[in-house]
Amino acid sequence: MSKVWAWGALIFGVVYFMLPLIGMTEFSLSMRRGVYSFDAYAAVLADPQFQATFAYSVVMALATIIFGILLVVPTAYWVRLKMPEARPYVEFITLLPLVIPAIVVVFGYIRLYNTSSWLPLTGSVMGTNILLMFGYAMLSLPYMYRSIDTGLRTIDIATLTEAAMSLGAGWVTILARVILPNVLASVLSGAFLTFAIVIGEFTIAALLDRPAFGPYMQILGANRAYEPAALAVIAFGITWACMGLIGLVSRFSRYTQVKR
Amino acid sequence: MPGQTEAARRLELRWLGLLPFAVFSVLFLILPTLYIVIGAFQTPQGGFTFQNILDLNTPSIRSAYWVSIKVSFASALLGCLIGFAMAAAITIGGLPKRIREPLLTFSGVASNFAGVPLAFAFIATIGPAGLITLQLKSELGINLRAMGWNLLSTPGLVITYLFFQIPLMILIITPALDGLKKEWREAAAILGASGRQYWIMVGLPILFPSLLGTLALLFANAFGAVATAIALTGPSLNIAPILLYAQIRGDVLGNPHLGYALAFGMIVITGIANAIYIRLRARSERWLK
Amino acid sequence: MAFLEIENLQKTFGDLRVVRDFNLNVEQGEFISFLGPSGCGKTTTLRMVAGFETPTAGSIRIGGKDVVNVKPNQRNIGMVFQSYALFPNLTVAQNVTFGLKVAGRDKATIDTRLKEMLTMIGLPDLGERYPFQLSGGQQQRVALARALAPAPQVLLLDEPLSALDAQIRVSLRSEIRAIQQKLGITTVYVTHDQEEALSMSDRIVVMHRGIADQIGTPVEIYNHPATRFVANFVGTLNQIEATVADPERGVVEVAGQSLALERKLSHPKGASVALAFRPQALHMGKGEGEIPVRGRISEVQFLGAVIRLKVDVGEASISLDAFNRAGAELPVTGSELTLSIAPSDILVLGD
Repeated sequence: MSKVWAWGALIFGVVYFMLPLIGMTEFSLSMRRGVYSFDAYAAVLADPQFQATFAYSVVMALATIIFGILLVVPTAYWVRLKMPEARPYVEFITLLPLVIPAIVVVFGYIRLYNTSSWLPLTGSVMGTNILLMFGYAMLSLPYMYRSIDTGLRTIDIATLTEAAMSLGAGWVTILARVILPNVLASVLSGAFLTFAIVIGEFTIAALLDRPAFGPYMQILGANRAYEPAALAVIAFGITWACMGLIGLVSRFSRYTQVKR
Repeated sequence: MPGQTEAARRLELRWLGLLPFAVFSVLFLILPTLYIVIGAFQTPQGGFTFQNILDLNTPSIRSAYWVSIKVSFASALLGCLIGFAMAAAITIGGLPKRIREPLLTFSGVASNFAGVPLAFAFIATIGPAGLITLQLKSELGINLRAMGWNLLSTPGLVITYLFFQIPLMILIITPALDGLKKEWREAAAILGASGRQYWIMVGLPILFPSLLGTLALLFANAFGAVATAIALTGPSLNIAPILLYAQIRGDVLGNPHLGYALAFGMIVITGIANAIYIRLRARSERWLK
Repeated sequence: MAFLEIENLQKTFGDLRVVRDFNLNVEQGEFISFLGPSGCGKTTTLRMVAGFETPTAGSIRIGGKDVVNVKPNQRNIGMVFQSYALFPNLTVAQNVTFGLKVAGRDKATIDTRLKEMLTMIGLPDLGERYPFQLSGGQQQRVALARALAPAPQVLLLDEPLSALDAQIRVSLRSEIRAIQQKLGITTVYVTHDQEEALSMSDRIVVMHRGIADQIGTPVEIYNHPATRFVANFVGTLNQIEATVADPERGVVEVAGQSLALERKLSHPKGASVALAFRPQALHMGKGEGEIPVRGRISEVQFLGAVIRLKVDVGEASISLDAFNRAGAELPVTGSELTLSIAPSDILVLGD
């Protein structure tokens, strides 16, 4: 009776979500006429461009994650421990990347850090790579900060810090050996989410003209028929894996967390 | 007073802990944005002017904004309605409990599956040579194309955007639906209210800020989306983010400061949408705390 | 004929029998408490009266009419929830008048009734506030007014005070009772707090594992508990293990002392029983017609007005309270003493 609408809504949604997934999978297997084959995947994986851009994006993602952890863990820790009054401001800033479209910020980068500016990051390949990494760190800031801050809330950082200090630990030791391991699950959640965002990111990489996976996919999509579908399946698989890993670490941390 | 200077120095040291974060956010978030905002109000010579903003009022730019707003609003509204129906189905709809977790997990994946690959998935499904397009033609004799369907259009964009809008709605509204206490429903019933009266007088008003707020959030989410649109339609579709993309790559407007104004307009629109979201969320949290 | 009649009520969830064979007649205007630990079935019984749960078997009649198949919104019952359950989007006034509004009363009636209700709960000026602007105690008063505004035939309260501070709990307790008596409304009150039940109720139903162990006035429940469970749950109680020596004359043995209870016992000779009595039934020294018990003081706590003694009688330890009278000497730990108790104050509880 009243459950009819609930089933109806659910089935409608499931059909809507399944069709494109089935469509792209079917399409990716149809390169050879008449039979299903993995030709499209073979073509994509063998493409040196794919290998180069994918590797580039993986390295960028890892660099972004490391930089993000080094930036956000000490900041979130410091705000919780010593500067609770700065909390609303820091939180507001971390949410800004959700408000300001990425394309606008990267527009600013291009104008602000061009070859004739005081900090000519776009003047060299390395400089542009670093700028792209900062852009990605900016993009993932809301997720990284939210995730780590939530992790810090569940542990008593003031007591942990005092205990470590009374044993003679310095700030670096406290952060690396005491705080970080205790919020590892949230750090990893933020890291996987960052990976999922960075790996296929298009706008910033394209506008900074870097050979990343996102722009590669777009160019391939404009020129080929079946390979893009194979790329879509791969990208969906990566997103799924990242989300699955987040679920896994949060479940794992629930078991290791000490009950209070 | 040595004590006071000591205290002052300690305060400065405390601020020092935030220095890396402050430097990063100023250099790579705030300054670049301010540069655009200020540029929008400057003449090429550096003087203050409103002319750039006024110059946005050309048919092409106006239509780019208008199409963007229409696509974003339509995808936000449909995403809200469908996402709400699905979230309601798994929370208060009485469906088996084991459906809930898989759907929420999938929503987490789908809401992050945006950008270029998402466009490919829809091209492979309802594009000119897509699975459904061909099946409908060969099995049922329905020619979508002849009926005027074109994925590379605003309705096509809306349908594609729904793939991340609906899951986002589900993720945001499910906790709000969980927050509807069973006791409210029972209190209303024991006071003589019918199910309908409960929803009109209590249930929906409590959810209303969340619903409207999420609508604003989804709107901003779609408005700033660039990659999906470009991969789907190439540079052909005239929407604000694509126009800005083209402007950044090649100054198609022939006036850099007009480009800043275009970007400034986008910040204003997403800023308003987010402000609505934050305000309404604060209200519903105050009610439900 | 009683106003609210519950007959052979049963409720099972799967294999779990939450309520079994529950019978109760509540008179018009009576205040009845369901008292018991959590999981005893008291809330489930209340929710069946409200109509939120359907009984597996049995009947519930209000004013002679069977309501088992009547929906909650047709029963004309008022209910107050543990979590207040005020509608957060509505003001105090809108909450209180909710029932009148859905019943389609005219505005004049609603306004008069609102004023009446807000005055009754002592918050006449807070009509425009929202629930989140009120304290817990104020919220629960508003919830009470909301439940009473449509003039229901029965009022149900589901642990209404357990979310509140101790101090407010005590003051609101007497306030609820006063309002109930003024309106003369038939009331069922669920609680796990024996003090609440004892101080407010006309009668108490002590529930245990889905069964009503005892139904009686607070005095009956407290002074004459029918089962070991009731005796333990209501009030503090001393218990000593004893062996029946002579059931005919009512003699039992405790730690080598023979005590004559002056009444026949149904237990056979040699059976082990528990003797139960309230701390205040004991006093130091010997009394006319009372049973003397010898013991050794193991602990003395000076609590001001009261002196609490722990006395070892054989293996058992019993406690008693003595008033601190001026001039009286403080008992010394380790000293022997004789306590006395009236035979009628001793309950014999079988296993």
